[in-house]
Amino acid sequence: MATTTGHPGRTLIGLAVLVAGLITLMAVSGTWIPKLGLDLRGGTTITLTATNTTGSGTVDPNSLQLAKTIIQSRVDSLGVGESEVTTAGDNQIIVTVPNVQQDELVRLVGQTAVLRFRAVHAAEQVQPLEPTPAATSEPTSAPSDQPTAGASETAQAPSGEPSAPASTAPSATGNNKPLPALPTAPPVPLDKACVPADGKGSPPDQALGWQPTEACQAAFAEFTCETKVTEVADQGLFACNQEKTEKYLLGPALIEGNQLTTAVAGIPQNNVNWVVNLEFNSEGAAAFEQATREISQKSEPQNRFAIVLDGVSISAPSVNEAIPGGRAEISGNFTQKSATELANVLKYGALPLAFDVSEVSNVSATLGGEQLRAGIIAGIIGLALVIGYCFWYYRGLGIVVVASLGIAGILTYACVVLLGSSVGFALNLAGIAGIIVAIGITADSFVIFFERIRDEVREGRSLRTAVETGWRRARQTILIADTVSLLSALVLFVLAIGSVKGFAFTLGLTTLIDVVVVFLFTKPLMTLLARTKFFGGGHKLSGLDPEHLGVQALPGSRSRRPVVARPAAVSEEVA
Amino acid sequence: MSKLGTIGHRLYTGEISYDFIGHRRRWYILSAILIAIALISLVWRGLDFGIEFKGGADFKAPTQVTAQTVDSMRDALRDSGVPELDEAIVNTIGDNQVRVQTRTLDPTEEVPKVRAAIADEVGINPDQVAYSLIGASWGGQITERALIALAVFLALVALVIGIYFRDAKMSAAALIALVHDVMLTIGIYALVGFTVTPATLIGLLTILGYSLYDTVVVFDKVRENVRDIRSSTTRTYSEAANLAVNQVLVRSINTTVIGVLPVVALLFAGAVILGEGPLKDLALALFVGMVSGAYSSIFIATPLLAQMKEREPDMKKLAARVHARRAKESQKERVVETPASVPTTQAAADVGVTDAGATDDAEPSNADLEKASATAGNGAKRLTVTYKSDVRSQRDGAAKRSQPQNKPRSQRKK
Repeated sequence: MATTTGHPGRTLIGLAVLVAGLITLMAVSGTWIPKLGLDLRGGTTITLTATNTTGSGTVDPNSLQLAKTIIQSRVDSLGVGESEVTTAGDNQIIVTVPNVQQDELVRLVGQTAVLRFRAVHAAEQVQPLEPTPAATSEPTSAPSDQPTAGASETAQAPSGEPSAPASTAPSATGNNKPLPALPTAPPVPLDKACVPADGKGSPPDQALGWQPTEACQAAFAEFTCETKVTEVADQGLFACNQEKTEKYLLGPALIEGNQLTTAVAGIPQNNVNWVVNLEFNSEGAAAFEQATREISQKSEPQNRFAIVLDGVSISAPSVNEAIPGGRAEISGNFTQKSATELANVLKYGALPLAFDVSEVSNVSATLGGEQLRAGIIAGIIGLALVIGYCFWYYRGLGIVVVASLGIAGILTYACVVLLGSSVGFALNLAGIAGIIVAIGITADSFVIFFERIRDEVREGRSLRTAVETGWRRARQTILIADTVSLLSALVLFVLAIGSVKGFAFTLGLTTLIDVVVVFLFTKPLMTLLARTKFFGGGHKLSGLDPEHLGVQALPGSRSRRPVVARPAAVSEEVA
Repeated sequence: MSKLGTIGHRLYTGEISYDFIGHRRRWYILSAILIAIALISLVWRGLDFGIEFKGGADFKAPTQVTAQTVDSMRDALRDSGVPELDEAIVNTIGDNQVRVQTRTLDPTEEVPKVRAAIADEVGINPDQVAYSLIGASWGGQITERALIALAVFLALVALVIGIYFRDAKMSAAALIALVHDVMLTIGIYALVGFTVTPATLIGLLTILGYSLYDTVVVFDKVRENVRDIRSSTTRTYSEAANLAVNQVLVRSINTTVIGVLPVVALLFAGAVILGEGPLKDLALALFVGMVSGAYSSIFIATPLLAQMKEREPDMKKLAARVHARRAKESQKERVVETPASVPTTQAAADVGVTDAGATDDAEPSNADLEKASATAGNGAKRLTVTYKSDVRSQRDGAAKRSQPQNKPRSQRKK
């Protein structure tokens, strides 16, 4: 063990280095405040549970991961900033958004994603809206990067022949965060203009015959990318690309996303450019062949089809010829990243997942602040009570308790801050409760140690020896106590649901810190203190004075009490 | 001056002691009554599960609470246009918050309406109405997870106990103490009607750890005291265990007080400052469980252990030997000239039987302590006194060195 009698100083220096290291790490990462959970600063947490729509019940981890990405982009589209989407368990997605209390968010996040292929009837360049600082917290890429040409991508039957690359970047560029829509914009019934008078829709087999009415085209002219429209499968649709640089008048859905079986990004042989390969099921293949045959006959922009996810055109490639066989290849100026992203989005259309909103928890900023305040007050009161009790009962040794708790406090704080900045650990109310409960656990280790020292002194050992022998025995008990506590924390963490996980986490963390502090700080400190006259000599206020311990005099110590004065009194008492 | 320190010393040496094991019956009865109350309230009143388990929605809005707040809020809910809100529970938290709990609502259709209605009623922006919503099926899943957690935890704790003590009887006694604590805590919830939330459950599971730890502290000392017990005739198992309890009493009290103090602070902050929420739920379960855990490890677990151990043939023989020796010694003291002619084995066996049965409700007084050494037949009286002498003689390492003179405090002060 590092805490041998010989080198308590070295151990303490080692601990000091550890503490300094942690503080340096905090300084390097530039974070001094722990990341707070939403229940402490206000915000909304939404838990979604995925169910497999194909009925097998199990949710594929890759599908869930993909769904997470899509939901993240939906949340980002609200321009709220600092949002976080994580997966939990094998079928949950947890969305946390600070300081936003919009019902819109719940609606948007919970909705099932739909991917559809639609024919383009009209396409028009639009001026992207300048990003407004108020609407977004992170700057988006400069508008000048946006593609300007029309059909930048081409869909074709996969072949070895390299296709002529289009001149501009594909629309699905990875780094470009979509510009924020104004979340408050009310849905305008612009799209109603395209619904035929009888309200009848066109199912996929009639979708190619669909033609926009004049009213519909007039409405399209007025449509801007900031307008919200509701997507209906068998009706026409106004949509924009992700960068909001081009708007489309689209026909009813030709192919549903679930008719797509795979989408893979790759570089074909004898080629240097990235492409995305699609594969349809038999139904989809037939529909795709028919659609491409008709579309390819038309002129720009009607020779294009749009792949629409959640009402946004992900890609709108042009078609030059009929594509039979259910396999297609989309080429363009893809990078590896953008191709992979498009493939992923397309795959999502094939995801057999539906989402239920399982839990919504919404805390206003005021309530959050109040909870934080209550947590801090509880901590201060708890600390004060424990320290007060220790001073009352252990006298001078209370200093050891305070110092040890102080070190444990610094370590805990640093760990929470660093875990916040490195792995995104957010301290919530339950977590604070865990830390406060742990004050007791940490102080308890000192109780065990001190009581053991006292026992040893009562057994007739000198203080300096008592510290060492007491430590050897206390060590075992402290370790078993901490093991029990750590075990509870672990099991709780694995099994706990939602926010109470925070309790288990901080409880486990502080238990570990307790071991470090007791071994590397309290024990060496006691060894050093036992050498001092105040403690080792059993001063009245040291908590180790003979009277306090209930023994006559400290054995082995050069007692300040005159030894001769006692015997008379003793013999008298015995008699 | 903290008297606890000196008391601790005297407890340690056996100078003063409480016969926990001898008086076990009265503590068993106390616990039995408490558990009976817990069970009756559990059956009678049941547990009030929070919406996290049942599914439902919970809205909180800041407002100045008046006598009419609840009624007018009910009216507002009725007029909100959302069906089936008659079952909604409206209550106030402190004097500045109103809380509405309803069935599960549709997150996109009904929640905005209810929020708007509540916000309208108290005159704030709907965004300031905090809410949480738990889907009905999700609540079922949470309940399931909670039950699994409880089962896994109990199994693990049993395993840890088994591994640590490597003794079936110790494990059994520790487990009974655990169950005792959990039942008492659940009983309190049923009796008072507090809402059970996931935080409560976390608290409950944490208690399992605490209770186990308390028992570990006591049993550790018991083990230490009985290590060489078979080869000596100084003490019976019960006596050794009782001494252990007395020796760790102060430590156990300190451990519990120090553990409970922060929990009290949490309870205060949760109940007084916030009114409702995870702090209060967690702290309450912890508070009840920790106090119960300290109690059970001393008053229930150790007596149970001793009782079970005394049934072992080894320990019966030991008890017989101890009593035989004592009988002999007291006889020597009484009639110095007469050689020991009593059939010792027989006498000891008799004593052993009396010891187990008759001492249950006897309480030693100070007067008993003084004259106890004279009477060999009375188990209870002898029990209390023997610790003193036995502890001395047993501590080999220390005994060889110069012993500190242990004087009662009152005498030393002069």
